[in-house]
Amino acid sequence: MAGAVAHAWSGANARNYENSAATREPWWVKWTIIAISLAFFSFFLLLPLVAVFTEAFRKGIDAYFAALSDPDAVSSIKLTLIAAGIAVPLNLVFGVAAAWLIAKFQFRGKQFLISLIDLPFSVSPVVAGLIYVLIFGAQGWFGPWLSDHDIKILFAVPGIVLATVFVTFPFVARELIPLMEAQGREEEEAAVVLGASGFQTFWHVTLPNIKWGLLYGVILCNARAMGEFGAVSVVSGKIRGETNTMPLHVEILYNEYRFSAAFAVASLLALLALVTLAVKTYVEWRAAQSFKEE
Amino acid sequence: MSKAARRVLPGFNLSLGYTLVYLSLLVLIPLAATFIKTSALTWEQFWQVTTTPRVLASYKLSFGTALFAAGINAVFGLLLAWSLVRYSFPGKKLVDSLVDLPFALPTAVAGIALTAIYSKNGWVGSIIEPLGYKIAFTPWGVLIALIFIGLPFVVRTVQPILQDLDTELEEAAASLGAHRWQTFRQVIFPALFPALLTGFALAFARAVGEYGSVIFIAGNIPLVSEITPLMIITKLEQYDYTGATAIAVVMLLLSFTLLLIINALQGWTSSRTGRDR
Repeated sequence: MAGAVAHAWSGANARNYENSAATREPWWVKWTIIAISLAFFSFFLLLPLVAVFTEAFRKGIDAYFAALSDPDAVSSIKLTLIAAGIAVPLNLVFGVAAAWLIAKFQFRGKQFLISLIDLPFSVSPVVAGLIYVLIFGAQGWFGPWLSDHDIKILFAVPGIVLATVFVTFPFVARELIPLMEAQGREEEEAAVVLGASGFQTFWHVTLPNIKWGLLYGVILCNARAMGEFGAVSVVSGKIRGETNTMPLHVEILYNEYRFSAAFAVASLLALLALVTLAVKTYVEWRAAQSFKEE
Repeated sequence: MSKAARRVLPGFNLSLGYTLVYLSLLVLIPLAATFIKTSALTWEQFWQVTTTPRVLASYKLSFGTALFAAGINAVFGLLLAWSLVRYSFPGKKLVDSLVDLPFALPTAVAGIALTAIYSKNGWVGSIIEPLGYKIAFTPWGVLIALIFIGLPFVVRTVQPILQDLDTELEEAAASLGAHRWQTFRQVIFPALFPALLTGFALAFARAVGEYGSVIFIAGNIPLVSEITPLMIITKLEQYDYTGATAIAVVMLLLSFTLLLIINALQGWTSSRTGRDR
């Protein structure tokens, strides 16, 4: 979630609480709370994750790889990579620019700007898809002009990229803003006073400080970009082998009752989620290490 | 000295310009399109489109289950955050990492996995359906999916506040003779409350608009288990763009209201805890 790296080093060790009579609970209270939380966690979070992999391999490993090498599956994987490959760099550049602006300068309306950047978080993915239909669709603002010039945005790759950019819009910015705010601007100011150019300052001073947060922001943005379903399903038109992303391919297979194949493709996306969480854990650990060194 | 001269660092105009242009082109102008499209309707037409029995039933389902799920997440999310901050137990690191799973797992994947678990032949469904209960393809299925996607919002808003909480307050309460429960109720909980409410509001906001994880398990029976985002999709499939947009405007207005409330709550959290968020 937003600001994970910035907050990673704020934690005290649980033992500090358990060693003082004033801040600990009786052992039975402690273990009841742990048992309830773990039961809830396992039932609601762990079970679905295990189910994805169990269902994917239900018909054996051959069926699993057959499902993944199906031409429609391969084309959906390609399209997903293309869409994320365009959307993530766009939001990366925006995230860095917005975080630089918000963390390094004081100006009026800053809080309002932060709220606007957060806006896509609270818009339903279906609405996110709909807004591009209203603009580029056949009855939309630019629809007639686009069809006169034979440019396809909706039900084609550009529409999918636009919808993906919208839903993953705030991720990099939200990860970087708290991190860059916490680091202040003295180091950059010193660099500029010593004669560094703006780009040199960013590259040699700011970037080394934010690289771990930046990495996590990009990885999370990428996971969401590859996994987006609602917004993309509105703008894609779901043309098989052409405008189907991986999540849409999962839906089609599932609706055709080809469950094992659906879960096989889904398991790739679940793996991506697990890698994302592993990177996050590593990044938090690195942030904690560098905090200890200081 | 003028304001611009005090800015030592370069790039203010460039980053401001770029941020505003990118934000306007991709987010603000497209969102404005919904309001402009809807303004073609008269107030009566708008009211008619957005209050048909099927749409009303979808509001009731979306809002009701989203509220219910956020409430459940507030209770169990608080317990989970408490366990992660205050106790050590085997596997804690793993649990802490996996709490964010719903942020990273694509919603469609969560949706089909939950459906597989709760449908007739699934791990849970095969146990409860013979007993006469049904979760998949009923509003209860919607609730389960919304609990799944909302949990990390509560845990991740409460956890940092709980970590930063000064133990001196608890020590003072204990030395004044308070029981542990009294200390929790009168010292710890009031400090956590704004964050808990923020987490609740975030989980609720996300749940109302959620589509991918719900659509598979809901069964989508008209008047019973159709969520509001599905009504937009249904209208789009019938090429009723105006109707779809009118419902989208209702949802957007709710999102904006929630966003304002969440911002106010976050202001309250930082004023309560001195934490700058």
